[in-house]
Amino acid sequence: MKKIPSALFIITLLLSVAAQADVHEFTFDNGLKLIVKEDHRAPVVVSQVWYPIGSSYELPGSTGISHALEHMMFKGTEKHPAGEFSRIISENGGRENAFTSRDYTAYFQTLEKSRLPISFELEADRMRNLTLPEDEFLKEIEVVKEERRWRTDDKPTNYTYEVAMATAFQTSPYRHPVIGWMSDLDNMTIDDLEQWYRDWYAPNNATVVVVGDVDPQEVYALARQHFEPLPPEKLTPPPPRPEVEQQGIKRVTVRRPAELPYLFMGYKVPSLTPAADADPVVSESELYALEVLAGILDGGNSARFASRLVRGSEVAASVGAGYSLVSRMDSLFTITGTPSQDVTTADLEQAIRAELNDLRENLVTPEELARVKAQVVSEDVYEKDSMFYQGMIIGILESIGLDWRLADEYVGKVQTVSAEQVRDVVRKYFVDDRLTVAELDPLPITEPPRPPRGGLHLDH
Amino acid sequence: MTTRIFLLFVLWTGSVHASPDIQTWTTDQGVQVLFVEARQLPMVDLQVLFHAGSTGNGDKPGLSALTNHMLSQGADGLSADDISQAFESLGAVYGSDAGYDSAMVSLRSLSDKAKLDKALETLERVLAKPDFPVDAFERERNRMLIGLRAKKQNPGSLARDAFYAAVFNEHPYSRPVEGTEDSLQAITLDDLRAFHERYYVAANAVVAIVGDLTRNEAGRIANRLTGALPRGRPADPVPGVEPLTEAERVFIEHPSQQMHILMGQPGIRRGDEDYFPLYVGNHVLGGGGMISRLFAEIREKRGLSYSAYSYFSPMKQPGPFVAGLQTRADQAEEAIAVLKDNLRRFIAEGPTAEELEASKKNITGGFPLRIDSNNEILAYLAAIGIYDLPLDYLDTFNDRVEAVTIEQIRDAFARRVSPDTIVTVMVGPAPGSGEDAAN
Repeated sequence: MKKIPSALFIITLLLSVAAQADVHEFTFDNGLKLIVKEDHRAPVVVSQVWYPIGSSYELPGSTGISHALEHMMFKGTEKHPAGEFSRIISENGGRENAFTSRDYTAYFQTLEKSRLPISFELEADRMRNLTLPEDEFLKEIEVVKEERRWRTDDKPTNYTYEVAMATAFQTSPYRHPVIGWMSDLDNMTIDDLEQWYRDWYAPNNATVVVVGDVDPQEVYALARQHFEPLPPEKLTPPPPRPEVEQQGIKRVTVRRPAELPYLFMGYKVPSLTPAADADPVVSESELYALEVLAGILDGGNSARFASRLVRGSEVAASVGAGYSLVSRMDSLFTITGTPSQDVTTADLEQAIRAELNDLRENLVTPEELARVKAQVVSEDVYEKDSMFYQGMIIGILESIGLDWRLADEYVGKVQTVSAEQVRDVVRKYFVDDRLTVAELDPLPITEPPRPPRGGLHLDH
Repeated sequence: MTTRIFLLFVLWTGSVHASPDIQTWTTDQGVQVLFVEARQLPMVDLQVLFHAGSTGNGDKPGLSALTNHMLSQGADGLSADDISQAFESLGAVYGSDAGYDSAMVSLRSLSDKAKLDKALETLERVLAKPDFPVDAFERERNRMLIGLRAKKQNPGSLARDAFYAAVFNEHPYSRPVEGTEDSLQAITLDDLRAFHERYYVAANAVVAIVGDLTRNEAGRIANRLTGALPRGRPADPVPGVEPLTEAERVFIEHPSQQMHILMGQPGIRRGDEDYFPLYVGNHVLGGGGMISRLFAEIREKRGLSYSAYSYFSPMKQPGPFVAGLQTRADQAEEAIAVLKDNLRRFIAEGPTAEELEASKKNITGGFPLRIDSNNEILAYLAAIGIYDLPLDYLDTFNDRVEAVTIEQIRDAFARRVSPDTIVTVMVGPAPGSGEDAAN
């Protein structure tokens, strides 16, 4: 009992109990779910409305429609015409915005706590009553195209990332960029948005998450008043589009004006998806082992990538690893990096492969494992400094069809991961038949720009 | 607006929001400490700040940033690996950053005594006894050079550097904090050691702490972190910024689809007497997000840009006033015309009474949001310390916002913003060069 691991476990347990004690879940007859998390540190409330809809629901030819609709959600209802939503929130001292991802779209306001009713009234109104005026759409779709130019087309590494995802995934909708292909934005109509809105924006397809200095019963009463009268919609789930089994490595080169080369490596790995339980080949412990692996490789300046590739051999100016533990469908474990001066992307790829081989053959050290676990325990405390982030965790889990209580199990499950389990997931998943490598091969920046998409073959 | 919302609003205006209780004192070494006790979470955030920004670089741009970055690359016999392991094995997070006016190191740790103590032990050595090892120096300088090349493929970064260069001419603010290729190549280890010796001293430091500590515990921590620092002498004052005398247009050709546009000129100092009229006025003009004029005119009415904004960035000496947007290259002139027209009109007329009221409501009504986390409170403590702002800055913030009048805004903008001497930076394809117009 005096050992440090026991102490960590007790801390974890206490945190989990505390976390559960102040979260309250309610479901209304129309299917709407409300989750309230009390946090009384400041007289503030965060209100988030989550819809499980995003680019992974979209069909070829209409990519970007979820994100475009997110923009149009600020363009008014009968009761609150275009601009009113933002004007009222602003006048009440609020901050607001929205974001769209592959699996969800979320709208949020942060307000002084007594003003939660304003958020609920406005959000309930736009859940079913958008007017979607065509003149507003014609302007807003141009804003979305500017966003795409800014976010993707004029950023060589982001552009390469987009190509890499479209290459890695053949049948899975994770090949779609969230912002959509430019040609799809060009062809999008207000009728398309109208249909998408009717199909997906309904109380039985929404989770309202509230975090802050509130009384859960009062929030419940308020939600009854505003959201309960909304009629539900018949939901038709999108066709399942699982990724076909990859056979052999995929490689793609992006030639584009840029200064620096860039390397992307993505291995197909499982995530904690709603379907994961049904998959007999994947055990849950593997998923947490992948999470720990990301920490071993890239969990800070003492992690292997920083200590061995940025320092050590100095082949990388920067290199990082990313894994989505929770995701609606299986995704990629990504490794991205910029080689050092006079180092090629091929050299960097070899150095990364050597690190993966090391992990395949040798166990990570107890110190490394302890470091990752200590970081997870600490982060679990640090993240409570942000009400917004606490709401995000609940909202993401619920939106991809998982139970928000999984968040409370996270620290404990990471603590159980062993060095052998980390080695085993590397052996199982980090193989060429699961790998996509994308490389940015810079063209001189002084040359005139290439025509959009020239020389690339993304869609076949 | 519905009756219900109206009633809520009336009810709300009566309530009062307490600012955090800032405790302040000086350490044995004479360093100012700003501390807010926050017991709800078992964690501590702190920053040790120095007047060691890029204004102290002399003719070696990048020196302050490289020195700041190198602190954790070897200290008191510990290697970069040792240092990062020491923090991260505890779950602690070390950070560092250098800007124009100051540089800092930060620590986030659990408040657990044993863990915090160990993290502080490492931080103390990093602050006072950096080794500046030669191999780490070469490596980190090379990484900074790669960082400079990354800026060259980013039209936003190119625009920013060109804008500061044009607005601040010979002033140290004109040069990028990260330095230039030539300047980084010329920096030596001796330069780093000399910079550290000159600026990372007690007479030049401020400590900001927020977290799960008593006043006495915070006092011991501050003494410990600054105890090993030599007394030294304060940094020299930052030289004044010359106002611009004529308008200038800078164009940098870049193979992007969008034109990045920045307009502006020297603005205001921290603590400037015009701060509140300009801050509140700019909220109406381009600082108020989705309700600001620039957002409405450029994005909402015309669909020209994803973002359209303006802000004052107050520094020790007048930092920039900036208005910016990005738009498809063939629309650049139209967007600039709209931007300029709105700027001129705002300077001439100021906000309407309704606009001013709406902005005041947003700023004052959102006050609790500014200080709802340890992280945000720490940032205020750091700014109060480095810029020598009054300790009641947060307590009086809402009253000072409420007191601003249309006349004060018009007067302050007329004196402080001049469209006749404005810099316009454009980064993007040359006119007529592209297929962009086909879209």
